[in-house]
Amino acid sequence: MKAKGFVHKFGDNVDTDVIIPARYLNKSDDAWLASHCMEDIDPDFVNNVKSGDIMVAQANFGCGSSREHAPIAIKASGISCVIASTFARIFYRNAINIGLAILECDEAANDIKAGDEVEVDFDSGVITNCTTNKTYQAQPFPPFIQNIIKNGGLMNSIK
Amino acid sequence: MGMTMTQKILADHAGLDSVVAGQLIEANLDMVLGNDVTSPVAINEMNKFGRTSVFDKTRISLVMDHFTPNKDIQSAENCKQVREFAKSNDILHYYDVGNMGIEHALLPEKGIVTCGDCIIGADSHTCTYGALGAFSTGVGSTDMAAGMVTGKAWFKVPSAIKVVITGKKAQCISGKDVVLHLIGMIGVDGALYKSLEFTGDGIKELTMDDRLCISNMAIECGAKNGIFPVDDVTLDYVKGRTLREYKVYTADEDAEYDSVVEIDLSTLKPTVACPHLPENTKTVDELDKIEIDQVVIGSCTNGRMEDMRAAAEILKGNKVAKGVRCIVIPATQAVYLQCIKEGIAEIFVEAGAIVSTPTCGPCLGGHMGILASGEKAVSTSNRNFVGRMGHTKSEIYLASPAVAAASAIKGYIADPRNI
Ligand code: SF4
Repeated sequence: MKAKGFVHKFGDNVDTDVIIPARYLNKSDDAWLASHCMEDIDPDFVNNVKSGDIMVAQANFGCGSSREHAPIAIKASGISCVIASTFARIFYRNAINIGLAILECDEAANDIKAGDEVEVDFDSGVITNCTTNKTYQAQPFPPFIQNIIKNGGLMNSIK
Repeated sequence: MGMTMTQKILADHAGLDSVVAGQLIEANLDMVLGNDVTSPVAINEMNKFGRTSVFDKTRISLVMDHFTPNKDIQSAENCKQVREFAKSNDILHYYDVGNMGIEHALLPEKGIVTCGDCIIGADSHTCTYGALGAFSTGVGSTDMAAGMVTGKAWFKVPSAIKVVITGKKAQCISGKDVVLHLIGMIGVDGALYKSLEFTGDGIKELTMDDRLCISNMAIECGAKNGIFPVDDVTLDYVKGRTLREYKVYTADEDAEYDSVVEIDLSTLKPTVACPHLPENTKTVDELDKIEIDQVVIGSCTNGRMEDMRAAAEILKGNKVAKGVRCIVIPATQAVYLQCIKEGIAEIFVEAGAIVSTPTCGPCLGGHMGILASGEKAVSTSNRNFVGRMGHTKSEIYLASPAVAAASAIKGYIADPRNI
């Protein structure tokens, strides 16, 4: 499984409140959440994001509340993968469980810039920055986690 | 390389000989837990995917504790949905008004969780059962739904911080003072993603209620779980309660830890976490005279029998200060009944406190004691975030039952050693 797209870049401690503000949690359909994704940190994000794009952020991405709406909003906005230095624990779980691909790679997260074109190979964990021709190695997911993401989430992948 | 106690439990439940920190595994679950807030979301999730049956009707616990007895129509509807689900799936461990208690007090008390278990719960304080030498952690609603269907969950194997406890408890020291002291030392993200593994010869000085309180607040320093070794205290507790076979795991001699933290019980003083984070700790003698409006003695942190006895010992023959509302909430029906039998309920009422049926109630700002703007409370619960117990301009001081009871009598945050 691979993903390829242009990068939207964020910093440290992006919390679930800026990913999807609590004021929009009264509805939980995907399109609604996507239309307010990242609104409080980057109001233009929803206009600029294209299907397949990649989000790159630094440490402790997704900290804050345990709302599953946060990874849902990112996934529904069209983002194919989030690369970060580290993820907050519950966001990490929730992302995988709803089928949003994520990878931890400190070096890539620091190097890659907004607008770069990046390709991710989930089987090998190799991240390629096509703009600079540099590659990075993240720890790949074992098959059963890849399976969850490939199937679009935990509930779809259980037997 | 050796494994920590947590790693050994995870390896065994994943059918592996060994695991290392950072490894992703799929483990078999001994128990899946949900409450009246989180279970409806998980049930909806099952329905959405057309999954109607559960993996094992004896290994799911559904406890109606947050907004019960139902505080409004929405909470009544939520409980109704879970009740019907429990009925149609013939769920063995369904607990409702009349036999329920706060989930994290109820499950150990009834022997539903036991030593060596691997447990998930759609509630962040599921880490409480680490006190029994089990691996247990809080998860989201999708995890709970999948856990109910398959009996499995995936985990990233955590690394660990070793917490070495030594010495004998100083006067008026309980598990709450130990854990508040620890959080004050390492901070609210001091154990992010990691296990806290408690060890040391001071552990034998800690009762099961102390340990349950300490493991309960592992999440307040960001930990995935907080686990105690199994000793005679544990075995005495589980004997006669546990409904299943149990297994005792011990950490390898050469297990690796990211860091080591030491706590000498004999040097501790009653400790308070000031607004608005559990890490803002001070010893009670460092505080100015802080006048209070309300005292809550209860919750999954401190609503057990020893907590009730500690509060009663101080309230006995005294009166709650004028202008203070003192709310006592035994965490389970068994604790409630024991309070009646021991004459403790009478002590509370005579002191001018009220005694409520078991519920989470004020702990999460649900009902039974919401704070108004500008009000201050001493609570024996586990979180003092902005607005946790009511108005965003109210303030919560977290403390032990002894400090809470002493404060109720004095009308300001008071040192129980001086009562
Ligand atoms: S008592 Fe408070 S912390 Fe414990 S389960 Fe209930 S709401 Fe959560």
